[in-house]
Amino acid sequence: MFGAPGTGDTSGYGGLVRTAASTGSSERPYGGYFDEVADDLERAYPLFSEAIERVVVDRGELTLHVKREKLVEVSKILRDSLKFEMCMGVSGVNYPADSGRELHAVYPLLSLTNNRRIRLEVSVPDSDAHIPSVVEVWAGNNWHERETYDMFGIIFDGHPGLTRILMPDDWQGHPQRKDYALGGIPVEYKGATTPPPNERRSYK
Amino acid sequence: MTTFDPYAPSRDTTEGTVYSVTGGDWDSLVQEIGSTKEERVVVNMGPQHPSTHGVLRLVLELEGETVTEARAGIGYLHTGIEKNMEYRSWTQGTTFVTRMDYLAPLFNETAYCLAVEKLLGITQDVPERASVIRVMMMELNRISSHMVALGTGALELGAISPMFFAFRERETVLDIFEMISGLRMNMAYVRPGGVAQDLPAGAIPKIRDAVKLMRKNFKDNTTLLVGNSIWMKRTQGIGYLDLAGCTTLGITGPVLRSTGLPWDLRKMQPYCGYENYNFDVITADTCDVYGRFLIRMNELEQSLRIVEQALDKLEKLEGAPVMVADKKIAWPAQLAMGGDGLGNSLNHIREIMGTSMESLIHHFKLVTEGFHVPAGQVYVAIESPRGELGAQVVSDGGTKPYRMHFREPSFNNLQATSAMSEGGMVADIIGAVASIDPVMGGVDR
Repeated sequence: MFGAPGTGDTSGYGGLVRTAASTGSSERPYGGYFDEVADDLERAYPLFSEAIERVVVDRGELTLHVKREKLVEVSKILRDSLKFEMCMGVSGVNYPADSGRELHAVYPLLSLTNNRRIRLEVSVPDSDAHIPSVVEVWAGNNWHERETYDMFGIIFDGHPGLTRILMPDDWQGHPQRKDYALGGIPVEYKGATTPPPNERRSYK
Repeated sequence: MTTFDPYAPSRDTTEGTVYSVTGGDWDSLVQEIGSTKEERVVVNMGPQHPSTHGVLRLVLELEGETVTEARAGIGYLHTGIEKNMEYRSWTQGTTFVTRMDYLAPLFNETAYCLAVEKLLGITQDVPERASVIRVMMMELNRISSHMVALGTGALELGAISPMFFAFRERETVLDIFEMISGLRMNMAYVRPGGVAQDLPAGAIPKIRDAVKLMRKNFKDNTTLLVGNSIWMKRTQGIGYLDLAGCTTLGITGPVLRSTGLPWDLRKMQPYCGYENYNFDVITADTCDVYGRFLIRMNELEQSLRIVEQALDKLEKLEGAPVMVADKKIAWPAQLAMGGDGLGNSLNHIREIMGTSMESLIHHFKLVTEGFHVPAGQVYVAIESPRGELGAQVVSDGGTKPYRMHFREPSFNNLQATSAMSEGGMVADIIGAVASIDPVMGGVDR
């Protein structure tokens, strides 16, 4: 807006460019029931240290970063031995700056038996965006995986019918990736033109 | 070259003859289909259909009147809300989320704001009065949402009167919303840090009157439907889904509670101070449409109980703040308004323009940039009228969400359509879908 090049910010305030990067691992004790969950999983799953890349506790939430090859195995154990009966879906996050791990898939899990929540996170490179499907473990993830495929282009191998779900079938591109422009048209009102949201000046 | 005429009554394809039904031509259609030997018919129902509860498309494979396969097609109301929010400030986000599930706007706003507050680390700083107002508004919203579920559900099964009564009650609630927030729907009333403004003068007695009125009026629908033999024939044993089906499909809300499991996040994982209210979790053990109907009916009374307790609390908290003390977050919700209720108050403009350059700078920066939210990701879930509404929010430390995702109960629960209706009669699909109560604005976002 107003023809300023770049971000148009002259205040110096917005000069800091932040890149979203996942925080490092957390150390034990994790607090609350998180230690118990980690202990139980380690007992039930001998390959724990191999499958779980990192354990992050942030803002009272536990995230297990799982290698994609082990996702289905870990999911089955979480469901059957640790009683995480429900998976509340999957959502993608695109971190273009996190090279080799550009696409993340986040699975919030819920245990009705123990009234607990944890989260699984799987990260894959953009060039090889394949994650095994967990639909065989939690059937309700069917549509969520389709949505994540639709929006991010992550291919869930083994999904019973991985097609677009929200966008039209012949749509090009995956709209919620960071390299996909928001688009929009300029709006004229009383002689002044407001550019589309992604072309207005912005602040980091 | 052959031209494709979309309005032709029928055309032949590799998969068989496709008939286009335009209404008024049922007799000829039935005659023509009846003359073929094919028992299996694939019917496209919706997305523009009065009984599909919104722009939902159902693809049904029928053997006679039995449904052998039911698939739901969605996406007709996709508006890219999640993507759009990445280009707006955190405060502007409420304006978007309130438009997702348009029958439960306050739940969307509260889930989003609780997530932003968790990211900011100010969950404990949100004033009690703000939390009580949120609870009261959410419970009133639950009533209006359940009313639409009951009214349209009954209408779709052929009962018209319940719809009139249900929408009358919904009007009462929407009038309260209008009085408090200025808008009947999509009010963007809940903001990160609290609520946009305090209750107007005289609001509490008016809400008390409305509660009394609704408690009396609810009986109209109860007497019409509960125990009504036609209604029970259309709903009992229909849309069966047991606990195992619910857990594997991730189903929450009234559908899960109709299996007998008292799972309600307000009790199990309280937020906004729900642990301080007395109310019961309503369950049924029939796993069917009738059970879900009874649950919604009885939840109305529980919501009224919570509203009454919230009003008592609000009377004690008269004059307490409704927004966090941190002025960097409180803006723009708590800006003094002009005498006509529009724009900024003259006193505020006089101060920032005439006496304090610092105020002007801060005002400008906060309006154009918004506040920064520390990097991280959170998942916050609340009990919406349809089940677990989860807000998955990622921040990169900037003034806009890095990624927003809503785990919409309607989206998830609609997957149960197949499990609930396959093997049943085609007429029962309507009841099954109505008992899920999907709101397409939430499904497609």
